Amino acid sequence: MADTPTIPAIEDEIVDEFSLFDNWEDKYEYLIDIGKKLPVLEDTHKKDENKIRGCQSTVWMVSEYKDGRIFYKADSDAMIVKGLVSMLIRVFSGQKPADIVAADMKFIDAIGMSTHLAQTRSNGLRSMIKQMKLDAMVWASKENN
Amino acid sequence: MTLQKGLDIYSIRNQFPILAREVKGKPLVYLDNAATSQKPTVVIDALTEYYAGFNANIHRGIHTLAEEATAAFEATRETARQFIGASSTEEIIFTRGTTEGINLVASSWGRANLKPGDEIIISTLEHHSNIVPWQMIAAEKGALLKVVPVTDEGEFIYEAFEHLLSAKTKFVSLVHASNALGVINPVKKVIDAAHAVGALVLIDGAQSSVHLDINVQELDCDFFAFSGHKVYGPTGVGILFGKRAVLEAMNPYQGGGEMIREVSFSGTTFNDLPYKFEAGTPNIADVIALKAAFDFITGLGKAAIAQHEHTLLTYASSQLKEIPGLRIIGDVENKVSVISFILDGIHPQDIGILLDNQGIAVRTGHHCTQPLMHRLGISGTSRASFAVYNTIEEIDALVIGLFKVKKMLS
Repeated sequence: MADTPTIPAIEDEIVDEFSLFDNWEDKYEYLIDIGKKLPVLEDTHKKDENKIRGCQSTVWMVSEYKDGRIFYKADSDAMIVKGLVSMLIRVFSGQKPADIVAADMKFIDAIGMSTHLAQTRSNGLRSMIKQMKLDAMVWASKENN
Repeated sequence: MTLQKGLDIYSIRNQFPILAREVKGKPLVYLDNAATSQKPTVVIDALTEYYAGFNANIHRGIHTLAEEATAAFEATRETARQFIGASSTEEIIFTRGTTEGINLVASSWGRANLKPGDEIIISTLEHHSNIVPWQMIAAEKGALLKVVPVTDEGEFIYEAFEHLLSAKTKFVSLVHASNALGVINPVKKVIDAAHAVGALVLIDGAQSSVHLDINVQELDCDFFAFSGHKVYGPTGVGILFGKRAVLEAMNPYQGGGEMIREVSFSGTTFNDLPYKFEAGTPNIADVIALKAAFDFITGLGKAAIAQHEHTLLTYASSQLKEIPGLRIIGDVENKVSVISFILDGIHPQDIGILLDNQGIAVRTGHHCTQPLMHRLGISGTSRASFAVYNTIEEIDALVIGLFKVKKMLS
């Protein structure tokens, strides 16, 4: 795990990748594409307690803690949300709890996706980030005991 | 010789400033009118003219501004009366919207009249606003809520309603036109049948009031509730019609009785109605501007508007059906200009996001009708709803937009 890039390093990578897109179609096709590539979340995890509230589509997410780092898995019934959660997993999965909690997520604005952070009932990115950070806090507290 | 002329949609569009804007660099195509309609300049101007010219609290104070504001406020009540064909302005109560109108009736009439074992009938098509208030009062009073089922196309099953109707039925609350599907319910038949067993009827006119000609005296409904913002008027104001005798027998919904007693101006004597249901300073500006919205509709003519919307609905239905994998939910003859649809294997949220990026506003989700969605075996739909200012070209934009959505997600 020593060679896992830091959260800011991954964020910079994503910003660089998005800078290549000059229209909205490319951005969203990319999101749809990385959504399709998201590792499968086993059906046993697709239960109510793993659902994230505050999203028009359904998002299931689970996390596990291994060797001081957190690993997330998720799925959604909507493709763009699945792409967004795939992007978040790329940033957070394999990171230390404290780093996840501290991440400012400014890159989302930099890639022009802040519209998905809007506080309407249909957008779930904010809820997903909140859940990932909450999981990190829980693992961090267990770490200290 | 008079020529039957259609509306000049392009000059109508010019009366709606917002339609000139762009969204994500593309011309706005606004097809979310069932959620709220856009506002013509006359409505926007009425708001600023009130605040700039004669802002004052109404029904009290004898000074000029208060008199002007009161006159304008009451002028809307008279226009609302004409708009729905009520016999008296005493039967016109200003509310915050349809939801508050229904809550007022459920709370005030229901609390005083419902007894354990009494039955309230609603339908599967109801918006949550016409379900939850009845669930709450039914639970409080030990009354029962009965639900009329719908067909697979979302049509009200009248025979099932007749079957549910009995001497135990005390109240029927029914949506006139479904916000989720657009289907129109047989309200006149329901009202007559309900009256035959002594039950009262509320019609939720949130969707119908902008599309259909409403005459509450012909309908003979006991209550009719609708919202200003869906009839080209401001948000935060609505109308509750109630038959005078029924309203007179009801207790006020909210406190403020002593103020109600003070209602008196310019020598005019008022009965308790409609003011006993309007506690506190009302939403004066929006009520005043609502008149401009009614005048706008009446000026164009509801029949002419309905004809244009029917053209849009028919064209949109035929064009959308050309899209492989698209299924219209509620594809029936008798409906207002609302089209709900699903695309095979594509989540409505993806449709909404990708259309938004093309400047096209539709609504996606369960449309606050979760029981209906459950009955139809779907989690939600995408919904395009048309107003008088929408055009054939905008429907073409929607169809092209949906082909693009399909291509991007394939």
